[in-house]
Amino acid sequence: MSIEVKNITKRFGKFTALKNVNLKVPDGELVALLGPSGSGKTTLLRIIAGLEEFEPNQNADILFQGKSVVGNKIAERKVGFVFQHYALFRHLKVLDNIAFGLRVRRGKNRLSRTEIRNRVLELIHLIQLDGLENRYPDQLSGGQRQRVALARALAIEPKFLLLDEPFGALDARVRQNLRRWLRRLHDEIKLTSVFVTHDQEEALELADRVIVMNEGQIEQDGTPAEVFHHPKNAFVMDFLGSVNLFHGRVVSGQVVFDQPPEGKQTQFFVRPHEIELLPDNRDGAGFPATVRRVQLAGSIAKIELTDRNNKEIFVEMSHEKYLLYQFDVTDTVFVVPKKTVVFEEDYSI
Amino acid sequence: MRNVSINWKDRIIPVIFIIISVLFLTLFLVLPLAAVFMEAFRKGVESYCASFKDPYAWSSIRLTLLTAAIAVPMNVVFGIVAAWCIAKFEFWGKNVLITLIDLPFAVSPVIAGLIFVLAFGRQTTLGGWLIDHDIKIIFAVPGIVLATVFVTFPFVARELIPLMQEQGTLEEEAAVSLGANGWDIFWKITLPNIKWGLLYGVILCNARAMGEFGAVSVVSGHIRGETNTMPLYIETLHNGYDAVGAFSVATLLAALALVTLIAKAIVEWKVKRERMIDNS
Repeated sequence: MSIEVKNITKRFGKFTALKNVNLKVPDGELVALLGPSGSGKTTLLRIIAGLEEFEPNQNADILFQGKSVVGNKIAERKVGFVFQHYALFRHLKVLDNIAFGLRVRRGKNRLSRTEIRNRVLELIHLIQLDGLENRYPDQLSGGQRQRVALARALAIEPKFLLLDEPFGALDARVRQNLRRWLRRLHDEIKLTSVFVTHDQEEALELADRVIVMNEGQIEQDGTPAEVFHHPKNAFVMDFLGSVNLFHGRVVSGQVVFDQPPEGKQTQFFVRPHEIELLPDNRDGAGFPATVRRVQLAGSIAKIELTDRNNKEIFVEMSHEKYLLYQFDVTDTVFVVPKKTVVFEEDYSI
Repeated sequence: MRNVSINWKDRIIPVIFIIISVLFLTLFLVLPLAAVFMEAFRKGVESYCASFKDPYAWSSIRLTLLTAAIAVPMNVVFGIVAAWCIAKFEFWGKNVLITLIDLPFAVSPVIAGLIFVLAFGRQTTLGGWLIDHDIKIIFAVPGIVLATVFVTFPFVARELIPLMQEQGTLEEEAAVSLGANGWDIFWKITLPNIKWGLLYGVILCNARAMGEFGAVSVVSGHIRGETNTMPLYIETLHNGYDAVGAFSVATLLAALALVTLIAKAIVEWKVKRERMIDNS
């Protein structure tokens, strides 16, 4: 089932949460809505689910598989929604939580008791919580609760799944595991899914497509590699990982970093791993900086420096490369940006 | 030496405080309660039982039960509806509604009674119309019920509002997203989550409904066998120097109070236990 959002605007009092948002989620994909808090991503998710109204406008529409669902009740939309803090029914056991959506069903689609029980036990098996069906939510760990919330949403056989910060309340290790598990589950059941996150690593690792949002608007929509390597603007570049900002000029096709800055300056964005550090500037490239901190724990070496104006610079390199020169704190080195990105509009970080 | 003196002080101060509390409780709570039962049984069990042979005593008990049976369910329904609106929705005039719910607590019960006498009395248009159509409110059972409903109005709502506000609307939203209708949500999600708070409110509401004196006294007219509730009947007997009779009926109200306290303690204990599970 594909989802299409057209010209959606949403205001809360004087605050505009969404400004004329347009978006398409293709069938079967796992899509991340990524943005800082207050960017409107959760509001957008809730509007798609029907939990929130949007500002009436004749061009505004929400389509599921090409058919407008505006005016449809939430129950008719058949959306599986997983809430940020699980929102499990605290007075019901795991089994009854998952069965809830099936038990409130009316009419000819209503299942018999044994059918419901079998379906629920199947789902409990799917979320790997066999044997815990008679526990109450408060007797489960955070990761287990999250999986129960997911099973409860899947029980109603939704046309797609919407997840609001699905791993937000979990600790780092559980997050990692649950993330991979969710990806595998998605590959298995192929249900179109949208999840909201403010964690760029999560979005890039998990999603087929990443939609970057900021201040109620979509900044960029693309595959993880696209948005990471070809950010459309400074915001996306900055939000998708740490970035260094340099000021300089382009002189006959060459970037010159003035130290200190002079005249009309252009902003250059450089990722920490796109910078080379050299012990001297024999080639005349780069500008001097002082090493402030060297961090060798982890898969790459991380080096923090300050330039002459005390501006911080972050550099990442492989351990092999680091061993070449073995820079130490207070050493003066030369910073050579290898790949710079320039955006037209002004943006400061 | 200093250490010893601190230890000695440390020990004696709690003891003094406990003695003061026990004395105070005995003097102001236990003794009067004991006196009620002692006075009631002063002339033996037979005269105690004889007090209940009076048809007026029975009619006062019946009236009190009837009043509570009408007032408590009304306020339960109202309390749940009001708490639901206030806790789960944002609307204009919400604060006014909260203040209005507290009004019966702020107004003296006697004034509350007078409000009804003035509203339905002979001198008002409404009162005149009611008399013309032979509908009796004041100095009749409807007036007593109205006054009781007014006085016990805040108990359930006040108990539920903070509870429901704390619980928020997340579970209800989850139920909506799973296709539940309003009816399912109320019976299967909201009500189970508030059941202990609701029961607590009902207990308090019932105790007050049966024991209310001031407001009911003003609107009742004290007609024996017709508009005398138990508290009013006790006063009538007492004014007629029938101490045994007055205290015998009073034992019923006292027993009600004790049952209420025990029920309240059980509910509080249950709630505490559920909270502990929630927090663990």
